[in-house]
Amino acid sequence: MTDKDFTFTIDGASVTAQPGQTIMEAADAAGIYIPRLCDHEGLRHQGSCRVCTVKAAGRSVAACTQPAAPGLVVESETPHIQAMRKSLVEMLFHEGNHICPVCEASGNCELQAMAYRLGMVEPTKLPYLEPTRPVDASHPGIALDTNRCISCGRCIRASEDVDHKGVFGYCGRGIHRRITVNGEDLAHTDAAVSDHAISGGVCPVGCIIVKRVGFRLPIGARAFDRQIIGEAIEEKRR
Amino acid sequence: MTAPRKARVATVSLAGCFGCHMALLDIDLRLVELLKHVEFDRSPLNDLKHFTQRCDIGIIEGGCCNEENVHVLQDFRRNCDVLIALGQCAITGGLPAMRNAIMHSDDPLRECLEEAYVLSPYVENATHVIPNDPALPLLLDKVYPCSAVVKIDHQIPGCAPSGDIIYETLVQLLAGKFEGFDPHIVHFD
Repeated sequence: MTDKDFTFTIDGASVTAQPGQTIMEAADAAGIYIPRLCDHEGLRHQGSCRVCTVKAAGRSVAACTQPAAPGLVVESETPHIQAMRKSLVEMLFHEGNHICPVCEASGNCELQAMAYRLGMVEPTKLPYLEPTRPVDASHPGIALDTNRCISCGRCIRASEDVDHKGVFGYCGRGIHRRITVNGEDLAHTDAAVSDHAISGGVCPVGCIIVKRVGFRLPIGARAFDRQIIGEAIEEKRR
Repeated sequence: MTAPRKARVATVSLAGCFGCHMALLDIDLRLVELLKHVEFDRSPLNDLKHFTQRCDIGIIEGGCCNEENVHVLQDFRRNCDVLIALGQCAITGGLPAMRNAIMHSDDPLRECLEEAYVLSPYVENATHVIPNDPALPLLLDKVYPCSAVVKIDHQIPGCAPSGDIIYETLVQLLAGKFEGFDPHIVHFD
């Protein structure tokens, strides 16, 4: 701890932060997990999925983008916020076509794992929108199944900032906002299987698919078969 | 002294594959203890086609893909105190619901039937006609999750659900109070 470091609280627990750190960065370092979907280690923060919403000094903010401040009082795991996070994840399931039993990301999918963690196990009141969305299998090594896309934008940031390519981008507005590729189809971009955006575990769901490697991991050995998402961060605290 | 009344359980498979019914057997040895507290009413396991009396628990596998599924599901709601959607097909429509959003199609049901009975190179159907016998239950426009048709009280996720999560749910319900699942045993596949 340097003399510029300061403390604030998350759900009553004292957390140390360095100047410039976001609430989520400080929480991660302290072993407090704040659920998130659009945020990914090594990528710049976007604050669009709002699953990481916390109350900071009584106001709802995205923990991944909101800077920590000395003495700030943050609420995260309150029943109200947890219910709101669950609703957000539930709406993502209803807005796309997420059929877990046939998806090769099942067991490694962050959306699915978040549903487990937040307890999305009750009968729903929402309709399934069942949109008609394309699959782009034009690239020899990569397929895009946009039925499963949650528009988190992690591939966009990874392609721009890490790969320096800009293969992906947003198009449309509001509920019509979608991820698109910068070309006629994926085969007409400079996407490569070795890109961080493709192979780096950047896509949280089963939208960006590397061909010929699906279903390699048996059930029981996948990322979230035994461990709940976020437990790796929470273990730091124990 | 009379023995305490056993809970009556009815089960059915609608638009499902019977995998969830098979998963009931994954309860394994604990079935022996469970069956001391449970008896079956209508179920494919005993081949009873109609309710003999009101039931405590109704277990539904599969969603609704035709009008017969809807009638059976409504019959279960009328005759059961607690209705459980068992497995992803009952909860979300599951694999059969893939026909709802076949890519790039404005008429997914017709495209699905034509692929199955007319157009596919592997079809052995001399008449090249989509089955239309009046005895066949009419297909619905889409496959619906059970909760879109009747009120569902509890759902057990999984494809198929593990024996553990089915057992845990039944034990909690038989004890009179459902407290929720341990997130470690929740899976959607």
